[in-house]
Amino acid sequence: MSIVVHDISKRFGNFQALDNVSLTVAGGSLLALLGPSGSGKTTLLRVIAGLESPDAGTVHYEDEDVTHRAARDRNVGFVFQHYALFRHMTVFDNVAFGLRVRRRPRKEIRERVNELLHLVRLEGLEVRRPSQLSGGQRQRVALARALAIRPKVLLLDEPFGALDAKVRQELRAWLRRLHDEIHMTSVFVTHDQEEAFEVADHVVVMNQGRVEQVGTPQQIFDHPANPFVMDFLGNVNALSARVERGRAVLGDWQLDYPEYPHAESRQATLYVRPHELELERAPNGVPSLKAHVLRVNPTGSLAKVYLDIPDHGIAMNAEVSTARCAELELRAGDTVFVSPRRVRVFVPDAQAPEYVI
Amino acid sequence: MHKPATNLAAKSATPHRIAQQDPAIVRWGLTLLAVLVLGVLVVIPTVNVFYQALAPGLRVYWDSLVADRDTRHAILLTLTVTPIAVGVNVIFGLVAAWTVARFRFPGRTVLISLIDLPFAVSPVVAGLTLVLIFGLQGYFGEWLREHNWKVIFATPGLILATSFVTLPFVARELIPVMEAIGADEEVAAVSLGARPWHLWWLVTLPNIKWALLYGVILCNARAMGEFGAVYVVSGHIAGKTDTMPLRIEKLFQEYNTPGSFAVASVLTSLALVTLVLKTLLERKTRNDLVAAAAEATAEGNA
Repeated sequence: MSIVVHDISKRFGNFQALDNVSLTVAGGSLLALLGPSGSGKTTLLRVIAGLESPDAGTVHYEDEDVTHRAARDRNVGFVFQHYALFRHMTVFDNVAFGLRVRRRPRKEIRERVNELLHLVRLEGLEVRRPSQLSGGQRQRVALARALAIRPKVLLLDEPFGALDAKVRQELRAWLRRLHDEIHMTSVFVTHDQEEAFEVADHVVVMNQGRVEQVGTPQQIFDHPANPFVMDFLGNVNALSARVERGRAVLGDWQLDYPEYPHAESRQATLYVRPHELELERAPNGVPSLKAHVLRVNPTGSLAKVYLDIPDHGIAMNAEVSTARCAELELRAGDTVFVSPRRVRVFVPDAQAPEYVI
Repeated sequence: MHKPATNLAAKSATPHRIAQQDPAIVRWGLTLLAVLVLGVLVVIPTVNVFYQALAPGLRVYWDSLVADRDTRHAILLTLTVTPIAVGVNVIFGLVAAWTVARFRFPGRTVLISLIDLPFAVSPVVAGLTLVLIFGLQGYFGEWLREHNWKVIFATPGLILATSFVTLPFVARELIPVMEAIGADEEVAAVSLGARPWHLWWLVTLPNIKWALLYGVILCNARAMGEFGAVYVVSGHIAGKTDTMPLRIEKLFQEYNTPGSFAVASVLTSLALVTLVLKTLLERKTRNDLVAAAAEATAEGNA
């Protein structure tokens, strides 16, 4: 079942949590709402669930307008960041809650709960209380409880936010597999881009109550729509440069930028991902900047190289393969020459991002 | 003084403990002082109540409780007024705690302070205020007399006075528990399709039941023992508006010491039962609070 959100706005006092947000979630897909805290992603999720009522705009499930329908009648599964399990109930009773308030027959409830505990791999823990479970187990109980009522959509609010790194990694992969099995329209909120990219079919990047970009993880990573998305995806060098006469200039880096043919020089920002930087021991004809190696940090298959470019007073991170690092015999204090394989140029007020080289 | 000194020497292996410890004379002195104060102010009077009541013999004790018509009525009246006042408090306490713990609105802190007002006001003043409002010369006096309703010098007045004096008990117990637990479970229940009555019976009440019971017990104890406010509004008419505490005072004034102490011993017994229940429940509610707080900090750290 698809979800269509149209022109939703929501204010909390002076704070504009959502500002004319429109969004379509295709039926059966898994969508991530990604953004920093305060970007409105959780509010949007709660509006979709009916836990928050919008000041303006509509929410449709398929063709049905549910904007004014109470949360309890929307039949959505909602998984809360801090689980919100019923602390005085056993695991079984927690999962059975939604069915009990719907007055389902006892036998059906027992079967359905057992089926779900099997699905979330918690058989044998029926009589435990939430306080006797680990964080990962609690989150799976919360998921089973949400799925028990056979919801039309599944909404998850930072589902793995409160878990430690290893459990989070496992549950992520497991959620993706689960979704591939049951194919329920799902939306989850996260501030972790890695999580969003790994789990979701589509990612919506939000900022200050607005949607910045919608796309597949690949599209967003390869073609960030604007500096915010670029910055938020992280792991990028943002370098201040100038554009003039169809070129973007940072020291010896002279990059084609035909979108700005004017003679008047303007401030611009160059974005270069660490793995898109080339390091050489000596200049090899390609325009490059002279840099000092501050530190070399091997992390498995890649080595992180921290660089200082004294001529321009800027710092950069580069990532090279360990093999390349060994070949260059990089050490702290060495001098290297840096050139970019790919650069994105953003000029303030000029919308479209362009790619050079 | 000799023994503690050797104790200290034996503990010198763990110097940090000595650093935290006050000299023996201070420790023993303070302990003795506490025991002395408790003994004089609490233990001796309590034991004495039972001693005085039972000294003339069980027969006299029984007679002064049951054979005296006015005393019988006083016990009955207390057993009528108290449950009603407790009921009023439970309803008010739940509504007030829900309002304060679940909503943010201007004037919220003022409301929290107002809930505590009956603790700060002298019960006598509270009683006088009620007389001023409902008494014959009071604001509603005329109207009440026209409709032939008696409030002051009658049972409704006693209920009003008792309810007012005990008003904060239930609310004060519930507010911290409900704030610590938060609204998350209730929101989760709503998302699962729960109706308001499901919310209340299946989620909220089970989470606050120990705190609620604790508040009820405290409120009950206070309601039975209430003297000042009730004294003012009752007009102490024997066999009509005398509650147990008023009856005790009256018997005492009439030099009926055995009778007075007999009733006092019943009231004291009820207090002792309350104390035991309170201690047991305290452990329960504290566990609930600790668990809620631990969960909250764990989430905060994550």
